[in-house]
Amino acid sequence: MLSKRLIVCLDVRDGKLAKSIKFVNTKDIGDPVQKARQYYEDGVDELVFYDITASQNNRDIMLGFVKAVASQIFIPFSVGGGIRSVEDATKLRLAGADKININTAAVKRKELISEIAGAIGSQSTILSMDVRRTQKTAEITSGYEIVINDGTAPTGIDALKWAKLGEELGAGELVINSIDADGTKEGYELILTRMIADNVGIPVIASGGAGKPEHVYEAFTVGHADGALVASIVHYGDFTCRQLKEYLHNRGIKVRTGF
Amino acid sequence: MITIVDYGAGNIGSVQRACMEIGVKSVVVNTPAGIQNAEKIIFPGIGAAPPAMDTLKRTGLAAALKQSFESGIPILGICIGAQVVLDSSEEGKTPCLSFIPGTTVRFKLRDKSLKIPHIGWNVVKVVQSHPLLEGIGKEDEFYFVHSYYLKPADSENIYAVTDYGGEFCSAIGQKNLFAVQFHPEKSGRLGLQMLNRFVGWDGRVPSKSTESRSR
Repeated sequence: MLSKRLIVCLDVRDGKLAKSIKFVNTKDIGDPVQKARQYYEDGVDELVFYDITASQNNRDIMLGFVKAVASQIFIPFSVGGGIRSVEDATKLRLAGADKININTAAVKRKELISEIAGAIGSQSTILSMDVRRTQKTAEITSGYEIVINDGTAPTGIDALKWAKLGEELGAGELVINSIDADGTKEGYELILTRMIADNVGIPVIASGGAGKPEHVYEAFTVGHADGALVASIVHYGDFTCRQLKEYLHNRGIKVRTGF
Repeated sequence: MITIVDYGAGNIGSVQRACMEIGVKSVVVNTPAGIQNAEKIIFPGIGAAPPAMDTLKRTGLAAALKQSFESGIPILGICIGAQVVLDSSEEGKTPCLSFIPGTTVRFKLRDKSLKIPHIGWNVVKVVQSHPLLEGIGKEDEFYFVHSYYLKPADSENIYAVTDYGGEFCSAIGQKNLFAVQFHPEKSGRLGLQMLNRFVGWDGRVPSKSTESRSR
């Protein structure tokens, strides 16, 4: 049986590690390459390096930085933020990223998902979606809406429909990031996570809101997620990855412990 | 010195970086001449079998690899590099290298809650001892990303199995060739440890022990 994955997200802003609170007021918390290595040694299953400034400022992600991270960790590693073309994705793959996260650019032009999946494979193509709770409408039947540009712009797209379309177009995994829960440390958006996990045939990663080990446990048991993405809970030293895994293991969740 | 075969199938860089991490020199080659003097070969890959086999045949790498295999050079296949050493792949009905009898087939899972591709960390259960699998514990996990799996014809070639809606073969071997479905270069300390063992492997497999096997 597959283990549930503990994934650490490193939000990077201008080459420094940052953690957003509801996507504003980013706070600088250290050197991301060094942090990546630390998490790797501490048993994290996967890392996500997310350039949180790229999509707004139209700038390329620093490939050298990705190379530096990739030479320090020997577990899967994904990169996101401002990826707009097959060329962007391919460059990042060559620099060492195992998987590519696309988000805003895919919402603006959905064909990008199939183009990138065609070039680097579905297994390396992650559709990351920022989601906000909203009124149920004729278009947004799930009550969850896709937002873009780091959570600043609503799109009128239903989150569940978008998840299914993403799978159809070739995404190999989905990251479901709740803007409402992000940075609150009050737990994942479990209803949203479960709704999507139960309705797609590809792995789903819960993101946003983890503040306690119990939250991660709930992402798997209640949210039906295949992986849980954490940030603040480990960045500020509240818990180590090892502690989180021990907690999950003790509560009967299958996680990788022999690292 | 490790020779890494580049046939346009992906994760060459990760394998190179993993070699660097364990302090072994590596060289990346994409021609038959490059393989000829290799001491040890890593044959990686990610992606799909049909384009991988196309490239191997077109470049003459397939014939060169066969020569290396027959002359006893230790070879480690990874992922697609493991799948194509069998006779054929169901993926695009592709004839493969036939170094080990068997086929590569797609997961057909009865349990619909199990997702394809099989992505993530899973236990590699050793069913037959092999120098490259030494030290792997009962619960040790490695990183997998694949939709097709190895189905060797002869159970003698099966060295490890993994459970995903039933057991599938996750490591195969034949003489100086060893091949794994998972990615040692992405499997943390345990994966690096396996690569390190490959560096020290002379390509010989001690005669079969009498220990019981699960299949």
